[in-house]
Amino acid sequence: MTDRNDTISREMFIAELMRYRKGSVTRRHFLGVTGLGLATTVLGSAVPGLRGAAWAQADIGDRVVLASWPNYHDPANFEAFQTATGAAVDLSVFGSNEEMLAKLQAGGSGWDVFVPTNYTISTYVAEDLIEALDLSRIPNYDLASFDPRFAEPGTVDGVVYAVSRNWGTTGYAVNTAQTGGKKLTSWKEFWDITRAEFSGRTMVHDYQLTTIGNALKYFGYSFNSIDPKELADAEKLLLEVKPHLFAINSDYQPSMRSGDAWMTMCWTGDGKQLHRDIPEIEYVLGSEGGELWSDFLAIPKGAPHLDAAYALINYLLDPAVNVKEVLFHGYPVADKRVDALLPPEILNDPIMYPAADLLSPLEFGAAVTLTDPGRAELMARFKSA
Amino acid sequence: MLVLPLVVVFVFSFGERGPAGGYVPAFTFDNFLNLGTRWAAFKNTLVLAPVGTLACLLIAYPLAYFLAIRAGDRWKTLLLILVIVPFWTSILIRSYAWIFLLGGQGLPALLDSLGLGNPRLINTPFAVLVGIVYGYLPLMVFPIYVSLERLDKRLLEASSDLGCPPARTFLNVTLPLSMAGVATGCMLVFILLMGEFLIPAMLGGGKVFFVGNALVDLFLQSRNWAFGSAVAVALVLVMLVTVTAYMRATRRWAGGRDDVSLM
Repeated sequence: MTDRNDTISREMFIAELMRYRKGSVTRRHFLGVTGLGLATTVLGSAVPGLRGAAWAQADIGDRVVLASWPNYHDPANFEAFQTATGAAVDLSVFGSNEEMLAKLQAGGSGWDVFVPTNYTISTYVAEDLIEALDLSRIPNYDLASFDPRFAEPGTVDGVVYAVSRNWGTTGYAVNTAQTGGKKLTSWKEFWDITRAEFSGRTMVHDYQLTTIGNALKYFGYSFNSIDPKELADAEKLLLEVKPHLFAINSDYQPSMRSGDAWMTMCWTGDGKQLHRDIPEIEYVLGSEGGELWSDFLAIPKGAPHLDAAYALINYLLDPAVNVKEVLFHGYPVADKRVDALLPPEILNDPIMYPAADLLSPLEFGAAVTLTDPGRAELMARFKSA
Repeated sequence: MLVLPLVVVFVFSFGERGPAGGYVPAFTFDNFLNLGTRWAAFKNTLVLAPVGTLACLLIAYPLAYFLAIRAGDRWKTLLLILVIVPFWTSILIRSYAWIFLLGGQGLPALLDSLGLGNPRLINTPFAVLVGIVYGYLPLMVFPIYVSLERLDKRLLEASSDLGCPPARTFLNVTLPLSMAGVATGCMLVFILLMGEFLIPAMLGGGKVFFVGNALVDLFLQSRNWAFGSAVAVALVLVMLVTVTAYMRATRRWAGGRDDVSLM
């Protein structure tokens, strides 16, 4: 072990610098052995402008564990957080809210911060799995600047359990190079083309809410239906489609990028990221409707690094940080302060901010779908078929 | 301590799913009556586990034979290291490499450029089989290698001195004497394969589903611990039956020879 307080010789410093430049050591190692990391931290806390930032104040430990979604965070923001606070962000990503709930129900998740979706929060409260937030420790949360439609599900019975991170829609991404220029517009077309020209090329989420919900839309039922007859119709469709699927996976970007998959159920930000890099991949909202959602930052009961959890949430809500997150992940946020910092081409982006006539048929997920045994078992049967 | 988890699973298998998932105590056979809905997963496992074991054996035996009998000392060390090294990283990481290799831009693209067609490989039973053979090969190679290494080479010389052609020496001397390693390797690979879930999840894309995947789903997605426990109990029973049958078969086949030690 290197004692970080030891002084380092000039030769050693240059040697370490060269190693770092060649990429043979990490930045963390470089800052550690040279003492620059310590110096940065000391300087950081001595400069008044930086000291003002609440997340840089106290010693919060050396790590914070975050449970979130794929392609959802700018790694540069986490690096800056670590440089400022000394806490490394230990990120794990999930494919569905059900998976997150299962981990928390089993106990001992070890998470400090997690990112639940609107419809799950009331269940987390009922199951006593989520910490009521002490808003005095999140000074960057300014309720007045948030769109209440997306921020309100974080409050249950007048208590704030979760603060708004961003919102989005669930549609599908389609590689138009494979449709012969034909535009797709509906869920009906999504499921029909999968059983025809796109056989073996379509992906659906490993997630009951969206996969069952969008199958329900084929018949014009509610995205949130738990009616046994309607679910039976959805199951019949899903079982018919299954042999034609490329995969059942919520991390679909790699397959869309490699060209193995031509179409996938897709969230706003993934659609934006794919379209940005491969313009022929377009994002479609089904004309029948589908899901409108908002995600939150929250702390699970028993979080091992509570100080770090508050520091990370507060950091991510800093508009200057959040704007970088948006530019990275391509999801709209409900925070007016962030919108003010975004360039106009982002604010006018049709993927991120769909037209009103496309938005209006969308539904928020309903809490009952999270725990309904019929939907859970349908999804499990579909996967094991 | 060893049986305690099994007892918990057994008790849970007669319970019910809680309103928000998990487990509530009850006494019902519903979970077992519902097992038919997982038939496809059992079928996939019961087909691909033996086929995977056999494929491992067919590749591992020549390799082990070469290592133990034909290879010179320097080659032997190098090859043994090559067999072991992949074990040093997680199967998860190595499966990602296979996702790329079997994906559209990997082997199929190569075959296409050679004019041999552009087959779908990833997310098929074949891809899962490749992953299985790759992941479990060392477990098959080592027991066979050890049994061949211990084989008294003078027996082979004696056989050839008495005018036996190499093929018959192999069939009548080498193969029977290495059967212990083969039996151990097959048992080891088969038992582990019956519980496998990672390789089908990574290379099967949710389309090639093992009982292990059904279990992961029931515990980690639909949170039906009671039904999950019933599936687990059923899997243990299936293993008990198949493994017992396998042991009986090998024992009868070996004609009661005591050098065929199984476990």
